[in-house]
Amino acid sequence: MALFGSLAERLNHIFSKLTKRGKLTELEIKTAMREVRIALLEADVNIKVAKDFIAKVSEKALGQEILQSLNPSQQVIKIVNEELIALMGSANAKLEVSPKPPTVILMCGLQGAGKTTLCGKLAVQLKKQGKKPLLVAGDIYRPAAIHQLQVVGGQAGTEVFERGTQSPVKTAKEAIEHAKRMGYDTVVLDTAGRLQIDETLMQELENIKKNVEVSETLLVVDAMTGQEAVNVAKTFNERLEVTGVILTKLDGDTRGGACLSIKAVTGKPIKFIGVGEKLTDLEPFYPDRMASRILGMGDVLSLIEKAQQAITEADAKKKEKKMRENTFTLSDYLEQFEMMKKMGGVSALMGMLPGAKLKVREEDIDEKKIERTRAIILSMTVAERENPSIINSSRKRRIAQGSGTQIQEINQLLRQFDQAKLLMKHMKNGKGKFKMPF
Amino acid sequence: MGLFGKLFAALKKTKDNVATKLRMLFSKNKLGDEFYDELEEILIGADVSVTMAEEVVEQVKAEAIDGRIKDGDFVTDLLKDIMQDILDEAPMPEINYPCVIMLVGVNGVGKTTTIGKLAHYFTAKKKSVTVAAADTFRAAASDQLSVWADRAKVRIVKHEEGSDPSAVVYDAVSSAKAKKTDVVIIDTAGRLHVKDNLMNELKKMNRVVEREYPEASFYKFLVLDATTGQNAVSQARAFDGAVDLDGIVLTKLDGTAKGGFVISLCGDLHIPVIFVGTGEKMEDIALFNSEEFVEAIL
Repeated sequence: MALFGSLAERLNHIFSKLTKRGKLTELEIKTAMREVRIALLEADVNIKVAKDFIAKVSEKALGQEILQSLNPSQQVIKIVNEELIALMGSANAKLEVSPKPPTVILMCGLQGAGKTTLCGKLAVQLKKQGKKPLLVAGDIYRPAAIHQLQVVGGQAGTEVFERGTQSPVKTAKEAIEHAKRMGYDTVVLDTAGRLQIDETLMQELENIKKNVEVSETLLVVDAMTGQEAVNVAKTFNERLEVTGVILTKLDGDTRGGACLSIKAVTGKPIKFIGVGEKLTDLEPFYPDRMASRILGMGDVLSLIEKAQQAITEADAKKKEKKMRENTFTLSDYLEQFEMMKKMGGVSALMGMLPGAKLKVREEDIDEKKIERTRAIILSMTVAERENPSIINSSRKRRIAQGSGTQIQEINQLLRQFDQAKLLMKHMKNGKGKFKMPF
Repeated sequence: MGLFGKLFAALKKTKDNVATKLRMLFSKNKLGDEFYDELEEILIGADVSVTMAEEVVEQVKAEAIDGRIKDGDFVTDLLKDIMQDILDEAPMPEINYPCVIMLVGVNGVGKTTTIGKLAHYFTAKKKSVTVAAADTFRAAASDQLSVWADRAKVRIVKHEEGSDPSAVVYDAVSSAKAKKTDVVIIDTAGRLHVKDNLMNELKKMNRVVEREYPEASFYKFLVLDATTGQNAVSQARAFDGAVDLDGIVLTKLDGTAKGGFVISLCGDLHIPVIFVGTGEKMEDIALFNSEEFVEAIL
């Protein structure tokens, strides 16, 4: 992936020689689509799915007027992005609730997909919604699987129903009776991991569905799965009528194209994504964010959300006003550093920016330098922070001593600050110099 | 057919498909762009990395210019040769005793199960084995390993859940030294390769072994799930960067996934595959055999 850079860069390269007006020609589309194809395949989108997708997008893109505000590569990305989002379905499907409780949720999937951990995460989520969930241990094969669920259940503060290694069908039935008696409104059935070609174990799941009324059959899939994802999803869906998919381990650097393949072959919505090892690390699925991720365009929306959590609206308004009036001071500069720290540091933020992941490697971002800058500003008096122009050489000496830095570093900071102010002035005038991607 | 061949029985079925596909492809398209595209897709369909698939196809193209390609079977043989050459770039290391084997990998690839199988593999070779439950993070991980240790009848060193994994490693290594155990196998918690703090924890365990037991051979194996896609290379690169990998254990090969990414691991990163695992029985592990792998994948 790093070899080629982001899709946006590659497309830019292709279109760099073209004029920015007119229509996209067939040849241009074809070359561009080759790059899109590689991006999809590198994201583990199934080959057949990628092919169909490309065919559809090519048709759409052909002969399209190039919008004045976009260059051709942005135009193509826009079409690809929109089609991906459309293919992945509606945003954020909710869990089905049975009209006569308890609602039964059956978890299934390959070994190691993360079913047991996910049971705990679901329990936490359900409890947050005011529900009363019961976890049921149905993995009677893997050593210590029951104990693992008990520990996870303990962490989630949820009862775990287990009957040792008796048949999971029987355990499921008894668990539902138990839930009715004890007033649990949701029953989550954990099951053993199994290969889709394992006849005996697939039958076991079918038997559970025959014997108890299941509202949701959730297929748990590792986001790092490759071309095999389609075979897995297809078989599970054919035999068990899956109602939704949960994608796990998305906190890694996988682009998660498997989810697109699954959606395309089963038509079933992706309901949640697992994004960490803590039981609270379960998030709703957003097709638009996933589309950006598959195309290697970073997760701008998550970044915005993070920023929103760190900055209150009033704060933002105040800052915006300051920027507009160009009364931005070093105190504000300092505040920005603090905010950045709150949001998880520069490297975490850079990872979410489109293209940045490839260009900026972690070692290139010097968090230490940022710390020094902070120290310098903290060593200034309030008057100096508000009006840096009063900082003469004797003040500089004092600041350097106070912050344990060199005078040159202080000069550098002041220069940077001036540049930042200049930049804001330009932004205020808004001559389209800083055009957003789309 | 060796044990490895038996493990690959499921894969063999797909073998005919590819050969037939190539034959049909050839009669239909001759050697044009479409032919090469489809060839590339066959490889990517087996989870060979996109860049490696492109490289292999380029090599086939180069042969075609010489005009030597006559039919589909020739292409199949050519592909086999190319892949075999790539796999040979990473030779398998000899295992010397006493040794310490540390298994690392992302969550859910089958590290604990593999340890059970490896324990059995070495005891069958009449070696004494100690396993170390250094996955102190996942709920009930050490219980799971205890069950495997019982089955394989080997000694286990474990601490409480949540304790320092390096301390477990230290204890296991010290006791192995004292008892002159042939093989120490260390289980580690699954971790995503992008999490720096967890990768640092691994480096620490690595240092403990190197410092406390320099006289033993130390092998660090990455456990990879055969159903993994393009991300496998990224995982291998990150773990190799952290602990300098000696090899790969490829698990869950009993499905229909082919694990084609190992071609990249050998070719680009020069990390050989040592063991392959299938199933959940203790005996379901074998040494990797590159010839049979190539046969199976094509």
